[in-house]
Amino acid sequence: MQTAIATVSNWLLPLLVAGILVAGYIKRVPLYHSFVDGAKGGFGIAIRLLPHLVAMMVAVEVFRASGAMDLLVQSLTPVTSVLHIPPEVLPIGLLRPISSSASLAFMTHIFQDPKAGPDSWLGQLASTLQASSDTTLYIITVYFGSVGIRNFRYALKVGLLADVASVFASVLAVTLLLGPMP
Amino acid sequence: MIDLIWLGLFLAGVTTAMFTGHMQRVTASILGGAEHGVELSLALIGVIALWNGLMSIAEKAGLIDTLARVLRPVTRWLYPSVPEDHPAMGAILANMSANILGIGNAATPLGLRAMRELQTLNADKETASDAMCTLLAVNTASITLIPTTVIAVRMQYGSTHPTSVVGTTIIATALGTVTAIALDRGFRAWDRRRRRS
Repeated sequence: MQTAIATVSNWLLPLLVAGILVAGYIKRVPLYHSFVDGAKGGFGIAIRLLPHLVAMMVAVEVFRASGAMDLLVQSLTPVTSVLHIPPEVLPIGLLRPISSSASLAFMTHIFQDPKAGPDSWLGQLASTLQASSDTTLYIITVYFGSVGIRNFRYALKVGLLADVASVFASVLAVTLLLGPMP
Repeated sequence: MIDLIWLGLFLAGVTTAMFTGHMQRVTASILGGAEHGVELSLALIGVIALWNGLMSIAEKAGLIDTLARVLRPVTRWLYPSVPEDHPAMGAILANMSANILGIGNAATPLGLRAMRELQTLNADKETASDAMCTLLAVNTASITLIPTTVIAVRMQYGSTHPTSVVGTTIIATALGTVTAIALDRGFRAWDRRRRRS
């Protein structure tokens, strides 16, 4: 199982890139031209993210440097040890449905930690958590708002419960790949 | 909501610093945080540009249509209330394909088009239909093949295996999506029973 997941991780990106290029060539798509044309938009997207990231990075760094993060982790430990979730990643799971910049800032906090880092067990769990859900509250508001729906019925409940499920699914996936939490 | 979180992080930080005596560190972190935010978004430019370029080829090569054909039996089962040749079905399929391929900026307009089409089938224009709730469940949980942003941030922070989280992300998002669909079905049945009584 572990080697299977590791192989997928190593092979998927190169195979996908090669597959897209070959498929484009067969369909007579002007490869280079289309690539450059699409890539132009990347700059704008990253720059639009900049104010959000500055705002959230400042807030999260203040939270961390003051010692508030350590207090939070300590106070959450009794709850999270029952649930088998490391307390350090809980802010990512809690904030992910509300603001992806905020949870991203907490993810970089784990990457910067000399005891953890991006390739540690905790770093991989933080990455998986950040990648495995979407900004549920934003999506629900925008989608329903665009067509004037006022009664959401059970949609919000389903979205948020699914976010909770994906926190546990992330822990499970990282445990399958790297073994239990060290 | 976002205001409260932002304010809360600041206030919690500054208040804690009053007691821990880390005020000088907090001052440094305000300025350092701003710089980290800029570095991070600049680090994202490369990967986002690469992905957008590749997806532009994929779109023109008709890969979204191919994926949509593969997904058709799944959506037929997911959206029993939508007639198969209705334009809503096309938009739902395109939205799902864009989500799986990680074309976030294409997925949202396609999803909004699907919502408009579903609204034409909806009897009560102010209440969400069953199909709308399912569309939202699938979109918020969205299966992801390549988590591009996370990979870029991992590279920025010196990861030696930035793509090592591809496998875990596929497993986690697949489990999350299955759970979302099961919850959607469960709540729908419960909602119907409640309305009948």
